[in-house]
Amino acid sequence: MSQAQYTRDAYGNALVELGGRDASIVVLDADLSGSTRTSFFRDKFPGRFVNFGVAEQNMMASAAGLASCGKIVFASTFAMFATARALDQVRNSICYNNLNVKIVATHGGITVGEDGASHQALEDVNFFRAIPNMKIIVPCDGPETRSAVIAAYETPGPFYIRLGRAKAETIKNKSEFILGKGYILGKGKDVAIIACGITVGEAIGARVLLEKEGISATVANFHTIKPIDQDLVVDIARNHKKIVVCEEHQITGGLFSAVSEVLVRKYPVRVEPVGIEDRFGQSGKPQELLDFYGLTSRSIAEKAKKLVRQQS
Amino acid sequence: MKNRVKALKNKANSIRKLIIKMLAEAKSGHPGGSLSSTEIITCLYFDVLRHDPKNPTWQERDRFHLSKGHCCPAVYAALALSGYFSTKELMNLRKFGSLLQGHPDSRTPGIEVASGSLGQGLSVSLGMALAAKMDKKDWRVYCLMGDGENQEGNIWEAAMACAHFKLDNLCAVIDYNCFQIDGRTEEIMNLEPLANKWESFGWHVIQCDGHNIEELLLAFEEARATRLKPAVIIAHTVKGKGVSFMEHVADFHGRAPTEKEQAVALRELEEVEREEGKLD
Repeated sequence: MSQAQYTRDAYGNALVELGGRDASIVVLDADLSGSTRTSFFRDKFPGRFVNFGVAEQNMMASAAGLASCGKIVFASTFAMFATARALDQVRNSICYNNLNVKIVATHGGITVGEDGASHQALEDVNFFRAIPNMKIIVPCDGPETRSAVIAAYETPGPFYIRLGRAKAETIKNKSEFILGKGYILGKGKDVAIIACGITVGEAIGARVLLEKEGISATVANFHTIKPIDQDLVVDIARNHKKIVVCEEHQITGGLFSAVSEVLVRKYPVRVEPVGIEDRFGQSGKPQELLDFYGLTSRSIAEKAKKLVRQQS
Repeated sequence: MKNRVKALKNKANSIRKLIIKMLAEAKSGHPGGSLSSTEIITCLYFDVLRHDPKNPTWQERDRFHLSKGHCCPAVYAALALSGYFSTKELMNLRKFGSLLQGHPDSRTPGIEVASGSLGQGLSVSLGMALAAKMDKKDWRVYCLMGDGENQEGNIWEAAMACAHFKLDNLCAVIDYNCFQIDGRTEEIMNLEPLANKWESFGWHVIQCDGHNIEELLLAFEEARATRLKPAVIIAHTVKGKGVSFMEHVADFHGRAPTEKEQAVALRELEEVEREEGKLD
C-alpha cells in the first residue's frame, strides 16, 4: 500500500509543531498562505504571522530585518517568486548578513501543471545555489519535508527548502535525515541513479525496470543540494563509474551540476542528466508533463541502460 | 536648546572633515550624499538614537539602518566619534581587510544589517519595527533613504506595508538632495510630488531643511509623537553640502576628492568652525 501526501501539508504541520515549541518563530507569506499551508501556523499563532500581500521583495528584505532582531523567520511563497523575483533581497539582505531566514517555497518544478511555464520554477535551485551561506534542501516526501524543516530550524543561517504542488508518494525505507548527507536507498553495481525531490520515487521505479533487464542499479537520495555530500558522490563514482542524476529542474545549476562539480574535481566518471533541458514548461497534467519532459521511471531507466551499454 | 544645537553643529562639522579625509585617503567613495546627510546622521547619533557604543548589541537600543548604503562614510564617522571604534580606523575605509567596507557590512560595530543594493532598507527596517511590535518593546527604528532610491519599486512595496501595519515606531528620512549619479532627479526620473506620494501611501509626512539642526530635532520629535502611522521626514538638502566646489555637483556623487581638493575642502570646513566659534 503506497501512501501519498502533500509535502506542503507536512510543512504546515511542522510549522505548527515548531511554533508551539519556540516563541521566536515568525512566519511570513505573500498572499499564498492557503497554497503554501502557512495558514496552519496563522490560525494557531496569528500574532506571529505576517501577510505581505503580493510583494515578495518586501517580504524577503523584511524577513532579514526580523531575523536581525532575533526572530527565526520562515518565509513562504511559490518557488518562482521566492527565488527569481526576490533574488537581490535574498542575496544582499538575507545571505550576505547570514541571517536566520528559512525560505520554504512550494510549487517548485514542472508538476505545478496546469498553471504553465510562468509558474513552473525550473531554475530556482540554480538561482540560490551560487549564493554564499545559503543551504538548499529538496525533500522527496512528506516525512522528509518535516525533517528538513526541523533541520533548518535547528541550524543557524539562511535555508531554501523547495517543495512541490502535487502529492508525493512516501518513500519507504529511508535513512535518517542528516543535513548535508545523502544516502543509498538500494544498492546495485552497474549504474548509480542520484535523485532528489519527486525524482527519488521515479528513480526507485527505474531501478525495478532495470532489474527486469538484468541491470543492477544503485539509487541514492541527495535531499541536500547544498552543501552537497561530496564523500558520498565520490564513493558512488568509485563503485559504479556510471551515474545518472535526476531532478525536476533545469539541468543547469541544480543537482546534476552540483554532482558534476564534485566529480570533475575528485573522481571523473560518466554522468548523464535527467532533467529539463534548457526549455520552458507548459500547461498540462503533472503526469503528462513528467512524460513529455522525460522525468519518469521509464526515461530514467532508458538513460541508465544507454549509459551501461556504452563502451566507457 | 541653544547649547544642544551648537554642540550638534560642531559635531556635524567634525563629521564633514572626517568624510573628506577618509574619502581622500580611500581615493574612492561617495562624498555628495555623505555631506548632504551629515546633519541628519549627526542628530540621530548624538541626540535622537538610544544607543550604547560600548554595547553595540544592547537589546533595548534603537535601530538605525542606512538604506542609502553608499553614504556610509558619514555613518562611519558618527560611529567613530560616538566611540564604537577608533577614529584612526576611518583611514582604512575601503581598504583590503578593513572593518569599514565600501558599503555597510554587519562586521562593523554599530552596523545592524548590510546595505548597498538600493531599495531594500525600508523593508529591512519594517522587519525590525515588526519585531519590536511583536515583542512589545519601546525601541524605535530609523531608516535613512536617498532620494534617487525612491525610484526603486521595493521602496513602495515597503511604504504600503509600513502604513498597513501601522508602524508608528518607524521613522524614515529621505535625504532629498535632488541629485543622483546621472544628474538631477527631476531630469533622470522625477520624484515629484514626493510628499503627496508618501502621504497617499498613508504616512505622516514632515518636511524640513535637512541642514538645520533645530528643524531636524523638531521633525524627529514630531515623528516620535506620531501615532498609528509611520512618519517620514523629507529633509531638503544640498548635495555635497559644506564644500563649495562639491555643492550641487553630480560628479561628486561617486568621486573622491583629490589631495588638492581635500586641502581646499578642509580649509573651508575649518573656516566654518572658526565662525561657529570653535577651534580644534
